[in-house]
Amino acid sequence: MFEIFKTLEFTPFLLSFKLASITTLILFMVSLPLAWYLSQTKSKLKAFIEAITALPIVLPPSVLGFYILWAFSQNSLLGVFFEDTFGISLAFSFTGLVVASCFYSLPFMVQPLQGGFEALNKNMLEASYISGKSKLETIFRVALPNMKPALLTATIVTFAHTVGEFGVVLMVGGSIPNETKVASVAIYEMVEVMDYDSAHIYSLLMLMMSFMVLLSVYMFNQKHSHRVGIR
Amino acid sequence: MINIDINKKLHGSLGEMDLSVKLNIKEGEFVALWGKSGSGKTTLLRILAGLEEAEGSVDVFGESWLNSKKSLAPQKREIGYIFQDYALFPNMSVEENLLFVAKDRVLAKHLLEVTELTDLSKRLPNTLSGGQQQRVSICRALMKRPKLLLMDEPLSALDPSMRTKLQNEILKLHKEFNTTTIMVSHDPSEMYRLASRVLVLEQGELVADGEPKDILLKTQGSQKFSFEGELLDIRKVDVIFVAIVSIGQQLVEVVVSSLEAKELRVGQSVRVSTKSFAPMIL
Repeated sequence: MFEIFKTLEFTPFLLSFKLASITTLILFMVSLPLAWYLSQTKSKLKAFIEAITALPIVLPPSVLGFYILWAFSQNSLLGVFFEDTFGISLAFSFTGLVVASCFYSLPFMVQPLQGGFEALNKNMLEASYISGKSKLETIFRVALPNMKPALLTATIVTFAHTVGEFGVVLMVGGSIPNETKVASVAIYEMVEVMDYDSAHIYSLLMLMMSFMVLLSVYMFNQKHSHRVGIR
Repeated sequence: MINIDINKKLHGSLGEMDLSVKLNIKEGEFVALWGKSGSGKTTLLRILAGLEEAEGSVDVFGESWLNSKKSLAPQKREIGYIFQDYALFPNMSVEENLLFVAKDRVLAKHLLEVTELTDLSKRLPNTLSGGQQQRVSICRALMKRPKLLLMDEPLSALDPSMRTKLQNEILKLHKEFNTTTIMVSHDPSEMYRLASRVLVLEQGELVADGEPKDILLKTQGSQKFSFEGELLDIRKVDVIFVAIVSIGQQLVEVVVSSLEAKELRVGQSVRVSTKSFAPMIL
């Protein structure tokens, strides 16, 4: 029984976590200003931006994957630009996978952050402005410390969602070992070649990790739900 | 001197209205702003704080905060603002809430002493009572030694005894700092105790401006007592009618004639006054 662990390749798992970590980090930095803007603006653009941000939730991953692949290819200006300036081919590479994941997981970062900002007491933010503090200082010293559950939900769910993606990864990255073959793709291949033992182990590991992650998020949020600063 | 001359279109509960206020306030004055909800009181405070846009001008002790060319950001106006819901920073202790505004430990210590909060200085706001939280908020507003202190119904969420205690503290702090203050209030006794001047705002316009006793005491002619209340019920007792009126926290019974009883409607606002009795204060 344990023989199989010795022969089993764990690089796909490491690749999945590397991809998820980088994606979460980039998305956090990109989404913070975007979520703040959406939470504060009264502009008509808001609905438009919100709709675009939410698209990856409703679009089939194959549609998203197809457009991204097309954008990365030598037929598009973006693909040519990256190839010429950085010498990077985005399609079927890890870098391309990171870019694709950032699009795919964007709503899972933006929406909890925006919700967190919107739930903050407006008077509290105004009290900070009146105290002479800039918007930036208010965000980091008043807003973010008072929305820890939202911060946790955003980062953990984005991470977990990126680990769990399959369709977009398969289309944009293919299945190149040590480069784009992440855990979910590896499981797909194992099933295809009828290596059910390995598929079982991989799947069970995924299942347990996902459950533990979600459980810890919900437990933390339950513990902090009585915290005010929110009304 | 503070010169205010502002205009703003509001979409109130009663449709469109113009908030149009022209006003001078002397240094050190304590002005109470009175009016029905929706009359524009809070909006006026928010315009003065720079939290809302308006046309016109605001000059504060020779400095222009608002004119046709520019509107000074809230950060640059030297104001203190006290919200009805305290709006403290829940992630900071009482002391940190004060020091967030200005790193003046001496002033923070003094303010906490005056408001009897010294023992609570390390506590988080959420662990305090409403009255304690509002005292923290008052201290916080004074940390910048503001030129203008704005209070939006600061005590309306508190019970009557706590209200009286905080009124005394506000009065004490006002005497010490002599900060020019504008307070929105619904409570005549509060305005009478604190304010040196009362303004009445109605549908966005100032309709009265004067000393508290002239504005607030409504007895006319030979009336000795006059109370405003809500008619709760009219009961027929034998041949007379008894009206039950709620005045403040008290219910009183008043005998009315059958003719009067016919004209009165339950729920309406009524005035109860007496003429010739010598009052007893027990």
